[in-house]
Amino acid sequence: MNLEFLSQIPLLLTIVYCVAVVAFVFLFVLFSNWLERKISAHIQDRLGPMETGGWHGWSQAIADALKLLFKEDIIPAAADNKLFRLAPYLVFVGSLAGFAVLPFGAQLIGSDLNIGMYYVIAISSLVVIGILMAGWASNNKWALYGAMRAAAQMVSYEVPVALSLLVPVIMSGTMSMQEIVHNQEGYFWNWYVFRMFPFSFVAFIIYFWASLAEVNRNPFDLPEAESELVAGYFTEYSGMRFAIFFLAEYGNMFVVSAIAATVFLGGWQAPFPFLKFIPGAVWFIGKAMSLVFVQMWLRWTLPRLRVDQLMHVCWKIFLPFSFANLMLVGLWAVLWGK
Amino acid sequence: MNFVPILIFLGAAAAVVFAALLTNRLLAPHKPNPAKLTTYECGEEPVGSPWIRFNTRFYVIALIFIVFDVEVLFLFPWAVNLKQMGMFAWVEMAVFIAILSIGLAYVWAKRDLEWIKPKPGWVKSKD
Repeated sequence: MNLEFLSQIPLLLTIVYCVAVVAFVFLFVLFSNWLERKISAHIQDRLGPMETGGWHGWSQAIADALKLLFKEDIIPAAADNKLFRLAPYLVFVGSLAGFAVLPFGAQLIGSDLNIGMYYVIAISSLVVIGILMAGWASNNKWALYGAMRAAAQMVSYEVPVALSLLVPVIMSGTMSMQEIVHNQEGYFWNWYVFRMFPFSFVAFIIYFWASLAEVNRNPFDLPEAESELVAGYFTEYSGMRFAIFFLAEYGNMFVVSAIAATVFLGGWQAPFPFLKFIPGAVWFIGKAMSLVFVQMWLRWTLPRLRVDQLMHVCWKIFLPFSFANLMLVGLWAVLWGK
Repeated sequence: MNFVPILIFLGAAAAVVFAALLTNRLLAPHKPNPAKLTTYECGEEPVGSPWIRFNTRFYVIALIFIVFDVEVLFLFPWAVNLKQMGMFAWVEMAVFIAILSIGLAYVWAKRDLEWIKPKPGWVKSKD
């Protein structure tokens, strides 16, 4: 298909791309919602949804989305109306904005910023503000506890996340997502996770664990621990407003996995050069989805940490290790990097 | 270097939320009543307000976070240019990180990283 003429009107192209990404986010959320139920069911020796739509309950997530669309939107009388309405916007904007710099393919990127990596870390902090706002505005004790925990946890784990993302930045000498992917060209052992062994691998592991905390997934899902906090910061949200939080959360799962896939697992590069005929987007989404699967697997396998253990892991284990790791990678890069 | 797509993504995200909420408003019933609009507290009447003085346990942690986040800010340009600048830059950053590590060690020793900080007079509790 000849799409050359579209490059004459880059703004239109960007808008088309943006709409495609939004559609992808919706499809991803529906699919991974269904997938998570099936995975959790099979891990717990159940079947999960089997009825809706026929084959293995494939349309269960669609039915749920429709249900939420027809649900009454309740804003508690005691809540701070304006902040309560504003919070879902901030959470979803923070989630979708991350997609703008994800390289789905050699040409498929919203904007290849030269500070791409830094932008992702910065814009994802918007979610924390949205969550605190939701928890505070709900005027509900569960919501407030959930929001306070979420803020403490997401803010703390931002430091190890940023420090481990600096490792690929040192290795490639750029923060542009596309250049980082280009630097990992060739066979799969050129991916950053396999280079500078074991330091880069350690950075990958730290990033993956800390990113679980960033997106409030088990074993770090204290902000919305159902058994103690009802639903955490979105206890008072219902209908579509609840669905927006849900969308943002699953969207963030994809963003953190996609960043790991980009900077450590070669992004849209094929593992072997002879597999290059398969489009880059397939590799990219495949790699990101594999990491999403691991996130789900961990969620249904591991118990939840206590809040003091959570802080302990971050400040006393991840932080010193990621600093030491970063300096060793720096030393390696200085001595043998050129 | 093009920030226009970023703006489009931010606008699209807000538009999606707005459209979703508008659809919900048009489709869903809207029959509020006082019982429905109470704050949820497991079916009981809410006791007091949550908008009270709240012991934010991570207050010190938030301060440490700001220190380390600013440090990460300095690390980004350093990381990009490290290979060109070589050993000198590495040693400089090592000194900088060492100074901050002393700060972390101090906070650690003062037990400010604990979620429940023991009162000053307490005997050393088991970690």
